Amino acid sequence: MMLTMEGVHAHYGHIHALRGIDVEVQVGEIVTLIGANGAGKSTLMMSLFGNPKASAGRIVFDGEDITRVHTHEIARRGIALVPEGRRIFPRMTVIENLQMGTAHADPANYDADIARVFAMFPILDERKSQRAGTLSGGEQQMLAIGRALMSRPKLLLLDEPSLGLAPIYIRKVFQIIRELNRDHGMTILLVEQNANQALRVADRGYVLQHGEITLAGTGAELLASPEVRAAYLEGGHA
Amino acid sequence: MSAIVFARHAMTPTERLRDAGWVAFVGLILGVPLIGLTTVDVGGRLGVETRFGLLLAAVAAVFAGRLLLRWSIDNMRNRKLARDRVSTATAADRAHGAQRVVNVLGWIALGASIALPIVYSDNRYVVDIATTVLIYVMLGWGLNVVVGLAGLLDLGYVAFYAVGAYSYALLSTQYGWGFWEALPVSGALAASFGILLGYPILRLRGDYLAIVTLGFGEIIRVILVNWTEFSGGPNGISSIPRPSFFGLEFTRSAPEGGHSFASFFGLEFSAMHRLIFLYYLILVLALLTHAFVSRLRKLPVGRAWEALREDEIACKAMGMNTTNIKLSAFAIGAMLGGFAGVFFAARQGFISPESFTFTESAIILAIVVLGGMGSQMGVVLAATLLVLIPEFGRNFAEYRMLLFGAAMVLIMVWKPGGLLSHREPTVRLKPLQRSKPAAAGTEVAQ
Repeated sequence: MMLTMEGVHAHYGHIHALRGIDVEVQVGEIVTLIGANGAGKSTLMMSLFGNPKASAGRIVFDGEDITRVHTHEIARRGIALVPEGRRIFPRMTVIENLQMGTAHADPANYDADIARVFAMFPILDERKSQRAGTLSGGEQQMLAIGRALMSRPKLLLLDEPSLGLAPIYIRKVFQIIRELNRDHGMTILLVEQNANQALRVADRGYVLQHGEITLAGTGAELLASPEVRAAYLEGGHA
Repeated sequence: MSAIVFARHAMTPTERLRDAGWVAFVGLILGVPLIGLTTVDVGGRLGVETRFGLLLAAVAAVFAGRLLLRWSIDNMRNRKLARDRVSTATAADRAHGAQRVVNVLGWIALGASIALPIVYSDNRYVVDIATTVLIYVMLGWGLNVVVGLAGLLDLGYVAFYAVGAYSYALLSTQYGWGFWEALPVSGALAASFGILLGYPILRLRGDYLAIVTLGFGEIIRVILVNWTEFSGGPNGISSIPRPSFFGLEFTRSAPEGGHSFASFFGLEFSAMHRLIFLYYLILVLALLTHAFVSRLRKLPVGRAWEALREDEIACKAMGMNTTNIKLSAFAIGAMLGGFAGVFFAARQGFISPESFTFTESAIILAIVVLGGMGSQMGVVLAATLLVLIPEFGRNFAEYRMLLFGAAMVLIMVWKPGGLLSHREPTVRLKPLQRSKPAAAGTEVAQ
């Protein structure tokens, strides 16, 4: 088991954002979390990262309890996050951004890692001395993913990677997710509003509503489920 | 109305007229009690007289002035927009070219600053002003670490300057420490104050951070004013020993059985020797600061500061310990401020809380912001301007602060990112790798 969350609660001040979450991610899986705005998807991702820390419950990563571990320590244990809204470092160049991804990694791997990222995203190679803020939204997303991969994570968290992108880049993002999983054996936890695409690439999925998991199943099962179809796929209300 | 007065876009002539009309209207409302009505003494009693002619003239002046201001701002903005409308490729080339110009400027400035006291060896005023400029350059470089690189808005930087100055003043007058012994200790003290300030404000950002740092600066000053037994209170500390030249004092007569600077080198005594020595001393300190900060910028810690400025959450997600990054920025910035303070105390020979008011913090911050956050050369340029403008303005007496303010507004309109807003990448790629994709393609083909 790569990751287990057991009865996790989280609060933002007085707001009870997560109410007893149970999520599991196996090695080599793509797991997706879908849900409406404000359902707690991003909170779940961030509390996994210790920011905010879970107020109750247990989070176990790779056999170790990380519920009380500091955020930066969690990252060093092999979880990389591609944050919502990309959050690249706009005034720094593309290559500097990638280097920041290796802040805690072994410098010996640097050349190999950067070559791997450039092979995956040739556009970043072309633009490496350009300021990251001047990239297009899609390119910035590639950079954010590349930056996360620089630390050789065991588990990759993607928070709304298709948000605000042109359709061609949305396709590209999901293609990358598939490739990462298939060719590099990357374990991925994906948070998405684009439920249709997300469930298609995912092995398993969870539906989150008001801070609780209301449905769980394989990607195909959830795609076929009438509740999911009504709430997230057909755009209307049942 | 506010939408017009604070328009962010270029205006059409009609809009400009309307805008000026509004401003003139406000001027009229304010002007009626301020200019239009005046009290006069009518046979021992107070009477009111009207001066509507004068009021009309004032309102007309406001109208014309506003029209002119708007026109010049729009003009500047349009020209800037036109310049920005170039492709990214040429923008990159231009940035590269700009960097070269800045580098050349830097060498010229260095040459000029080395030559200055030789050329003006008998002009006390020029050497004094140049020394002041260098102190501000050093302070600017120190604050640049905190504000420019790490992006932590610090309005109380003068506190560390004060800590450095008082450390040296007390160590030298009470315990007889020399300049060079006190320098590292005072720097370390200032750095520990930096950490002391850093701890409680780790979770604060932006405005809240600014307010707490502002408070910290005031606390230090108020302590210095009130703790009379410790700091001499408002009277300050006087007769602080001056630094010596490798043990040689800058005195008229050589001490018993020794040499003074003048007698050792067989020179005739001149008060300028010490001033020139102090000038070169701060020049060396400033250059060391520059070398130190530029080096740090290329190390992981410096890049972590910049990443922190750009995005704190992303930093955490990259596994960076933001606590340590912030504290190191505060500590190093404070240490550099402390060094500048030591020099300040040694140069003045007298310090009091008067020298460490909020205005100083504001000026140092203005130097960093006007120079272009994070730009080392920008700090030099801005420090020179900010010290020299009030000096040149001396002829204008009380209007010089007005001149100063106008210059700052104009700079921010003309260059919103500061005088030198270009950021030099910490990684320089080899020219071959910089070549355009097409060129790379031909290489592969061969």
